[in-house]
Amino acid sequence: MFRFPELFSARLGRTLGLLLLACAGGGLADASDKYPGVGRAATPKEVAAWDIDVRPDFKGLPAGSGSVAEGQHIWEAKCASCHGVFGESNQVFSPLVGGTTEQDVRTGRVARLNDPAYPSRTTLMKVATLSTLWDYINRAMPWNQPKSLSANEVYAVTAYMLNLGNVLPDSFILSDQNMVEVQARMPNRLGMTAAHALWPGSEFGPAAKPDTPGSNCLRNCTTEVMVASALPDFARNQHGNLAEQNRQVGPQRGADTSQPELKPGTSVGAAKTVSAALAAPAAATEKTPGSAANAVNVKAALALATKNSCTACHGVAQRIVGPSFAEIAKKYPGQVDYLATKIRAGGAGLWGPIPMPAQSLSDADAKTIAAWLATGAAKP
Amino acid sequence: MNTHWLNPGRLRRAPENFLGRAGLQTVAHEARAGRRDFLRNAFAAASGAAASAALAQANPLPPSGGDPNILALPEHSKGLGQGVASEGYGKPSQYEANLQRRQSPGLTQTTQSSVSFAPLQSMFGIVTPSGLHFERHHQGWWDIDPSRHRLMVNGSEPGMLKTPMVFTLDEIMRLPSVSRFHFIECGANTGMEWGNVAVPTAQYSHGMLSCSEFTGVPLITLLEMAGADLKKGRFVLAEGADGSSMTRTIPLSQILNGEVLVAYGQNGEMLRPENGYPLRLVVPGIQGVSWVKYLRRIELGDKPYATKDEAIHYMDLMPNGLHRQYTSIQECKSVVTTPSGGQVLLDRGYYNITGLAWSGRGKVARVDVSVDGGRNWRAARLEAPVMSKCLSRFNLDWVWDGQPAIIQSRATDDSGLAQPSYRQSRAARGTRSIYHNNSIQSWLVQANGEVKNVQVS
Repeated sequence: MFRFPELFSARLGRTLGLLLLACAGGGLADASDKYPGVGRAATPKEVAAWDIDVRPDFKGLPAGSGSVAEGQHIWEAKCASCHGVFGESNQVFSPLVGGTTEQDVRTGRVARLNDPAYPSRTTLMKVATLSTLWDYINRAMPWNQPKSLSANEVYAVTAYMLNLGNVLPDSFILSDQNMVEVQARMPNRLGMTAAHALWPGSEFGPAAKPDTPGSNCLRNCTTEVMVASALPDFARNQHGNLAEQNRQVGPQRGADTSQPELKPGTSVGAAKTVSAALAAPAAATEKTPGSAANAVNVKAALALATKNSCTACHGVAQRIVGPSFAEIAKKYPGQVDYLATKIRAGGAGLWGPIPMPAQSLSDADAKTIAAWLATGAAKP
Repeated sequence: MNTHWLNPGRLRRAPENFLGRAGLQTVAHEARAGRRDFLRNAFAAASGAAASAALAQANPLPPSGGDPNILALPEHSKGLGQGVASEGYGKPSQYEANLQRRQSPGLTQTTQSSVSFAPLQSMFGIVTPSGLHFERHHQGWWDIDPSRHRLMVNGSEPGMLKTPMVFTLDEIMRLPSVSRFHFIECGANTGMEWGNVAVPTAQYSHGMLSCSEFTGVPLITLLEMAGADLKKGRFVLAEGADGSSMTRTIPLSQILNGEVLVAYGQNGEMLRPENGYPLRLVVPGIQGVSWVKYLRRIELGDKPYATKDEAIHYMDLMPNGLHRQYTSIQECKSVVTTPSGGQVLLDRGYYNITGLAWSGRGKVARVDVSVDGGRNWRAARLEAPVMSKCLSRFNLDWVWDGQPAIIQSRATDDSGLAQPSYRQSRAARGTRSIYHNNSIQSWLVQANGEVKNVQVS
């Protein structure tokens, strides 16, 4: 949060640095009594490099500015692939924009948070503090290249997001000079409370009484017990076969959810056969065919795909933002060079509306991934 | 027994982003491939070959008068085993391969911003093996070179502490250390179940929970070394070194009493990379998101920080449309792990009902268990050691008569607070708050031995 003034000159910096080192001597004098030789003073340069947080009162906010129009440009290049062109996408993350109204901007409370039927809670519906948006975009976005945006770009992207949410007009230029005014337009700015019992100190005021004290009743505590909710039958195997997710020895086994359930009324004896049959060692199921050379390629390709964040948009077997690796493999068998070129150049229009940006990996790495894709994109 | 139990009531929509159509499709797709086919074949082969009679009992006595596992000596009794150090770092038995941390299908779209759940249903005691510790990453995990990792301690303004400082791992590990057992629970643990039953097993319903012995330096030591003004400073920001540089506002009260640790050790070895190697914050009793991994910076300030994970996520929506912000304490909670959802009991007769209890406010004082859906309760045995802000193991004898039963556990902590029922939780907080669900869990044991996750009215 602590930032040195903009006018901070190299000379002043050296002087201040020396002063701080002098202070450090003083500080260490206290500490060195107890732990001599452990730790040293951080230099102003080091603190400036890491102290990037921005507080709700905008302490820590660097100078700069960016327009809605500039923000749109950056958004479409760097943000839209995950968040959608209008911040509405739910394909990778929860939607950022939507659900706020001009009325909310006036009242400071998002009315739809009162509507249990409203399907989603977007970031703009929830966030009360403008600093939070600026700080997080600055420290963590874009997702696969965090901390790569300049301060001006962060202002611009923040402005564009707020424009999508009808908080700021098309012509707006957001800057360190007007963040306070924009804070006063945040749709859910009055939507927070710290009046609860789940903070362990008194920093937010006196602790509230816990709101869900349970009961210590021991006898005849309820009159009637009804099952009010259970998993529907179609979800029986949704989490995979539970027989493979429990230990194979002990008082119970996992239920074989790859099979329909034995009638609930069936007595326990019938279930035992299933359980005993499943005692077959799982280790035996782990063997997969394939030569050692293939295994190495698959491993290397997947490691590269992970390292280069390909897996953020492509699943091995399922679509995320882009097609699955399996789908690509099916469409382009044997076409190593084509795929390697496409990986590096990016593309648009072949698989859907969201373009794939160009990727900055080496030709050799692109070829390793391409070779894996062109030979079927086998799982390891 | 009341057969109403077996009739599911009204099914409610799951909270946002859980059990969506996309998730169901993913699962359906994955279900068509993979190991399942093998097991189905194995099942067919086994039941065919063994002609069932011998398999119908867990410990059968064959007509021949003796168990072949006893009468015919096995290979390992008649041969030479393997030598020392054949595995430089030992692994679990091959027969334990089913114990894995797992993702809940459809919960998240990427693996880098996701969660994997610990297999509570198959674990013993209170300590989580480090390789099965649940994971939550916001921007992927890293294996960071400890010789290049640094921790900075600074202030939000010059007067907040005398000297901003930097420490190497070598230096932090030179300082006096403490080792303490604590649970860590994600604030969203059991969050999928606020509205209705959404997942089948204890792994998915409660598995964002782990417990380890952590070793490190009390954060107060480092703040004092930097000459912190602990009257002026009222909040601490903790910041990670990974892509998201995760930040959270940490309660100063817990730092002052020495509970908050800058930890490098976990269960006798260094932290695992997935758990923040080489340095993480340990904030006992507080939700996992505050236990910042890859810890690179501590800032002392006079105001809270409203970071992304306390101003957009990890806030609890109340029925009146207000969000509770800075909710942190994991309140008193428990879960029966055996028998639990997705398991099949092998036979009638004796069972040891066992489970875990914990509280972010202190020690577990007692655990009561019901086998009739909460009508009547019996006190369970609380096994030593019972430590503050740590998992505790409870056990209770039970003879199952083969009739349907609904098993529940209810913990009470030493502040006198007991776990609420779902009815009580929803009356206070509605069904949309996602976080901090410590309601009483119900498992329905059916006559066929299969155990189901249910909620009772």
